[in-house]
Amino acid sequence: MLDSKIPKEGALGKKWEDYKGHCKLVNPANKRNMEIIIVGTGLAGASAAASLGELGYKVKAFCFQDSPRRAHSIAAQGGINAAKNYQNDGDSVFRLFYDTVKGGDYRAREANVHRLAEVSGNIIDQCVAQGVPFAREYGGLLSNRSFGGTQVQRTFYAAGQTGQQLLLGAYSALERQIALGNVTMYSRHEMLEIVTIDGKARGIIARDLITGKLERHFGHAVLLCSGGYGNVFYLSTNAMGSNVTAAWKATRKGAFFGNPCFTQIHPTCIPVSGDHQSKLTLMSESLRNDGRIWVPKKQNDNRKPSDIPEEERDYYLERRYPAFGNLVPRDVASRAAKERCDAGYGVGSSKQAVYLDFAFNMDRYGRIEASKRQISNATPEQIRQLGKEVVAEKYGNLFDMYAKITGENPYEVPMRIYPAVHYTMGGLWVDYELMTSITGLYALGEANFSDHGANRLGASALMQGLADGYFVIPYTMGNYLADDIRTKEIPTDHPAFVEAEKNVQADIDKLMNIKGTKSVDHFHKALGKIMWDKCGMARNEKGLKEAITEIQQLRAEFWKDVRVPGTANEFNPELEKAGRVADFLELGELMCVDALNRRESCGGHFREESQTDEGEAKRDDDNFSYVAAWEYKGPSQFELHKEPLVFEECKPTQRSYK
Amino acid sequence: MEHYNMNLTLKVWRQKNTDAQGKFETYPVSGISSEMSFLEMFDVLNERLINEGKEPIAFDHDCREGICGACSMHINGRAHGPWAGTTTCQLHMRAFKDGDTVTVEPWRAGAFPVVKDLTVDRGAFDRIIEAGGYISVNTGNAQDANCLPINKDDADAAFAAAACIGCGACVAACKNSSAMLFLSAKVSQLSLLPQGQPERKSRALNMVAQMDKELFGSCTNTGACEAECPKEISLTNIARLNREFISAGFTYEK
Repeated sequence: MLDSKIPKEGALGKKWEDYKGHCKLVNPANKRNMEIIIVGTGLAGASAAASLGELGYKVKAFCFQDSPRRAHSIAAQGGINAAKNYQNDGDSVFRLFYDTVKGGDYRAREANVHRLAEVSGNIIDQCVAQGVPFAREYGGLLSNRSFGGTQVQRTFYAAGQTGQQLLLGAYSALERQIALGNVTMYSRHEMLEIVTIDGKARGIIARDLITGKLERHFGHAVLLCSGGYGNVFYLSTNAMGSNVTAAWKATRKGAFFGNPCFTQIHPTCIPVSGDHQSKLTLMSESLRNDGRIWVPKKQNDNRKPSDIPEEERDYYLERRYPAFGNLVPRDVASRAAKERCDAGYGVGSSKQAVYLDFAFNMDRYGRIEASKRQISNATPEQIRQLGKEVVAEKYGNLFDMYAKITGENPYEVPMRIYPAVHYTMGGLWVDYELMTSITGLYALGEANFSDHGANRLGASALMQGLADGYFVIPYTMGNYLADDIRTKEIPTDHPAFVEAEKNVQADIDKLMNIKGTKSVDHFHKALGKIMWDKCGMARNEKGLKEAITEIQQLRAEFWKDVRVPGTANEFNPELEKAGRVADFLELGELMCVDALNRRESCGGHFREESQTDEGEAKRDDDNFSYVAAWEYKGPSQFELHKEPLVFEECKPTQRSYK
Repeated sequence: MEHYNMNLTLKVWRQKNTDAQGKFETYPVSGISSEMSFLEMFDVLNERLINEGKEPIAFDHDCREGICGACSMHINGRAHGPWAGTTTCQLHMRAFKDGDTVTVEPWRAGAFPVVKDLTVDRGAFDRIIEAGGYISVNTGNAQDANCLPINKDDADAAFAAAACIGCGACVAACKNSSAMLFLSAKVSQLSLLPQGQPERKSRALNMVAQMDKELFGSCTNTGACEAECPKEISLTNIARLNREFISAGFTYEK
């Protein structure tokens, strides 16, 4: 039933080349008659829309924001990986592939990951050609930095704003195609249903968020590039509008959802400051290049960090993982922080934080600068000042952001950080061609499950979004549409469109007519608390079972008592939120069901029942070396399909970063 | 940092839709923590309005970390409020003290019609980019990235210009509602880089023509845009755009 469509022929490293050599093509004249719908305009969506538009397809792109430039990819900070080996430090396509599979704790599909590593270099070339201003060295060539889970420097970056620069590159390519008439852009539109005809995805129902009017759009194929679902936790580093609605509507329509419980808790975020908190802010992983993480060696130590002498500090990552130190993967770093705080070593007023300290490296940089400038007898103050300037150039925007949010100066005192929900490795199940289990429906970028296994390495999300959009879908799309060239545009008065619109309208009417007593946010916060407490950094059978019952109760209460003000035929942000939270209330349950089913720990999924003597995640390859693809069968009813994972090149072992 | 709570009086622009007449409404808010962000204070107010059976205030926001450019409030007469180099979402309530009256309006510019309350339509910015804010390179055409060394100073200057988030504060701050800072940031980024050279002249001419078509005003070098820009985009970009535009006007043949 679940056919991953990995090319059968050839060694792993030859599969993609072989696929490209043999996939079907659509001739330019026929491309002009083929329509493609793209939902979401982040890195995956914008790059796909631009590339498919360039090829000559008729593309319609949709985003809920007021402009495609605001998609949440814009907030990615640290960088993008590519196996260029510009540093001559031993990098290669194989090593990037291997690091990604290992970092994902052997729960990703090898063939997809290998393809990702193969095209990674092309992404950097493409972005530079578009005018993306990556950081450069004085010789004029590109600069790299380190990220977690690797021992080479392969991360390209633009200060702490890499996602912004990459997205604006893809956005400008998209705008160019809009100007040329190859792409029609629908901003402030939200997709609310997939339309299927004879088992194939043939269009969508979208709501114009300004007028509230429902629209029917036909497409020979539909691409979902709608991002991840971290906001199911309410508090996350995602943007306020990030949601699962497009992916969830597809799930309800028959697309399988892959590994929903695989969520990434990022170790370095600004801690929660109070009940008013609406979102959490990431401090880029790249800071772990130059920051050292520590807590006091004494429990409940209330001294100021500057008053705690060196020998009374516990650099616990360096202590536990000498080989990777502060650059262990995110899941490992997050659990280690939680372990220290739970054991009473946390800092700050909440005691739910650890220090990320730059003093050591600021002085190191200062000494290098002093040496470069041939200042032989620099004072410690001078050295610190020179070091500060170097750090400001690398991470200035992040330090400013920290200062604005906390009111503290991170150049002077160590940052306080704590793990927070950041990314979702799970997503719509897709085959090698990125097609979901609905024919003609594709999922790209964070919206699919395919490349990161149970834990994503830093700087790999941007790589995957752009790989899917620029270099994968242009080939696999042709292979599908080549057989569809005789299909004429289907008029949107077809009964399938009429029926789909009727259902969407009924859902909206239902939400508007509850006229209950509690706001949408009330339910969203309640859901987030259940998810964080029972399906967050650590999970166990008892908690997950409780969570499932609690979510079911909360969902019932939502449909009885939610209050959506205003009307449906106007700009109504509360109505948009209500629809999204309704979908989160269903997805949250499935995440717990999946987490309960997977009685092993792997990557970001930590089942307390399955750990090594040292408290590390313990996989159970005999029983769980598969992708869990869930089929929606009705409210609270999900059927599990398994895609076995076969490893030809990477032999699964207990991950070690010691 | 000392935390404190405050009571404030908010005067907020309410407007049902683009065609409706708008007006200020006054809302007292109490128990606001100095640790909250400005938008979290609006969340608290909206939650109260919903519980009272009233319509919450519509405002654009998304990433809440100062990078998506969605948030757009004119606070006490200043785009994005009192802190320099800060978007509305990163403005924190430490900026205010107990008893303050805070006036909040949408961006005011003919080219940015109000959609509802504090939300405006900034589609004109997208159309300016469509007119030439890109390098015409199809996917797959690129050479190896390091085949094109770029002087670090130029790369850094291009990056500084590319940091624009397209929020529109420059337009809102300008007495002429000019979009010159926004436009010049993109023209600067691309004209500073070797990749941008082939289309350098047509880009400057076409983008300026589109800006005029969108009914943004002219630039009179007042500098309010630079003063209020949350990303501190420099006024020198406008000088560069003027050079690009004038020299293109004399030398571009088509």
